[in-house]
Amino acid sequence: MAATRLSWSRWVGIIVKEFIQLRRDRLTFGMIVGIPIIQLILFGFAINSDPKHLPTAVLSADNSAYARTLVAAMQNSGYFAVVRQISREDEAEDLLAHGAVQFVVTVPENFSRKLVRGERPVLLIEADATDPAATSNAVSALAALGSQALARDLQGSLGRLARGPDPLEVRIHRRYNPEGITQYNIVPGLLGVILTMTMVLMTGLAMTRERERGTFENLLATPALPVEVMTGKIVPYILIGLIQVTLVLLAARFLFDVPMEGSLVLLYAVVLVFIAANLTLGITFSSIARNQLQAMQMTFFFFLPSMLLSGFMFPFRGMPDWAQAIGSVLPLTHFLVLVRGIMLKGNGLLDIWPQLWPILLFMLAVIAVGLRLYRRTLD
Amino acid sequence: MSAAEFAIDVRGLNKHFGPKHVVRDLTLQVRPGEIYGFLGPNGSGKTTSIRMLCGLLTPDSGEGTCLGYDVIRDTAAIKREVGYMTQRFSLWEDLTIRENLEFVARMYGMSGRREAVARAIDRLGLGERRNQLAGTLSGGWKQRLALAACMLHSPRLLLLDEPTAGVDPKARRDFWEQIHELAAGGISVLVSTHYMDEAERCHRLAYIAWGSLLATGTAEEVVSAQGLTAWQVTGPDLWQLAEALRGLPGVDQVTPFGNTLHVVGRDARLLFESISAVKETSPHRWEEMAPGLEDVFISLMDRAPDQPG
Repeated sequence: MAATRLSWSRWVGIIVKEFIQLRRDRLTFGMIVGIPIIQLILFGFAINSDPKHLPTAVLSADNSAYARTLVAAMQNSGYFAVVRQISREDEAEDLLAHGAVQFVVTVPENFSRKLVRGERPVLLIEADATDPAATSNAVSALAALGSQALARDLQGSLGRLARGPDPLEVRIHRRYNPEGITQYNIVPGLLGVILTMTMVLMTGLAMTRERERGTFENLLATPALPVEVMTGKIVPYILIGLIQVTLVLLAARFLFDVPMEGSLVLLYAVVLVFIAANLTLGITFSSIARNQLQAMQMTFFFFLPSMLLSGFMFPFRGMPDWAQAIGSVLPLTHFLVLVRGIMLKGNGLLDIWPQLWPILLFMLAVIAVGLRLYRRTLD
Repeated sequence: MSAAEFAIDVRGLNKHFGPKHVVRDLTLQVRPGEIYGFLGPNGSGKTTSIRMLCGLLTPDSGEGTCLGYDVIRDTAAIKREVGYMTQRFSLWEDLTIRENLEFVARMYGMSGRREAVARAIDRLGLGERRNQLAGTLSGGWKQRLALAACMLHSPRLLLLDEPTAGVDPKARRDFWEQIHELAAGGISVLVSTHYMDEAERCHRLAYIAWGSLLATGTAEEVVSAQGLTAWQVTGPDLWQLAEALRGLPGVDQVTPFGNTLHVVGRDARLLFESISAVKETSPHRWEEMAPGLEDVFISLMDRAPDQPG
């Protein structure tokens, strides 16, 4: 086989061509900018809202002054709005199940008697946690409820109760979604979701477009090597990915006040690896797909499990084993842990390695498949 | 050595797509500086053959060389020295004329790229349109641009797949003048076409149908090899006459050509006997004529084995 050496000129030629075409393709360009902005607005502001006056039902089996003080204190926090007084357990169940109320506060029998005796009675709060963002702030406001609200009532001979540990126990049952996702989870997660979607899709279309328009035949007839074509088509999208990341990070910082504990350089390095992994997948898809529609379908076939099984939508540890097994193959799963680790926990390179190599492995495997499938001929 | 003697020298090339045998034992020799016409009906395997010659398809079996390089192993070298013009316009419609040419120049790693592109644009007379998107060009201009693009790296062999399909007669004439100039300069050209006037402009021809070469040689050789006898008929009601003639012994084909009728047969004596009877009673003018390429190709197509689909 007459060996053809890699050519810098050819490589640059492909990159330049991709950029020119990208510039003229208004729709694709719109997607590149539009997807991050739309997702940020949709997800971002859903998180940012700090819902208050959440409908609350009270099931009180102890009609005492203490109980009334507690409920009043909850209302005063601004998060709880008592809309119902109920008397039966199954009623509480119904209200929660239908979403009529977000919380049910249960004051058990003998609450005040136990309180006065210092037996730390339980105040049960059941929360509809299907939308954890909606309840988490309210729940956290409950933490100090016991000691503060009752401070005035517990004076004189009962003063000893106020000075000790909390005079009562607030027990919170998060219903339907036991593992609440915090708001900080979502913006970093969005970084991965946006990249997965746009990177795989853009590159998936890049090659199939050539095939669909018949220009691939021309490209094949030139001495261009598969590696040059593949990587040359990838480079413009790496830059686009970095722009998207910067957009999201700026929004995270200035719009949503997500902390940035770790190194920004490390974060970008990790992002680059993740982008590369997605791009190689996109290019490989486009080698398999016969036309742009198929490339699009493959992208969504990959995108859905990435969204659902990576821990972005549902807590990863809450999923069944088989789903976790699938999830741990996906780059997004590891990327989410990486980004949250760097941004929120200040993880360093050593901390993140266990999550980094699976992405690298994924990428190498995909490149191997992609290069095999790239058709140097029209066979 | 065959490399010096022939630009293309392949023997027994075969290609299947699934169960379909698309090209059957293709043996072809094209000399340097020769314009070689490649003819045959749609779907006869012309495009597949050309793609095998320039390394876009790997033959299932067979061997040979293209510009002295092995058609199976040295495809990279072949691609560098062959200019291939696809049947369908395959340059980038969302790039301008200049951008397309520059991209192609880069793909061939040409030095002096800018100058080469500027020269090509000048030669084409595309100067004032250089920044127009290729997708907005008319068919004739697209074809000129495609030819300029595949000529850019000064190939020694041009493979042109129906380059003049859908192009107006003037542009076609210009195109062929250019091809002859190139051939005079030593470039070999393999060109597929459906047009008989173009076939007659080729130095040599090959006729392919259903994957098999049925005839090769110069136009005269191809015609005389078939040993056809032809009569040209002029006069009124040719269509009715054609109906009457079809099926008579010795009459192999009756084809209208403009306002004449060609009556062709392989057995001159039998043909003459059959038409003599008709001639007596008809008001038409009958003249024996030398059969043309088109008569020959129709005859070849009629005789080729029937293929399903």
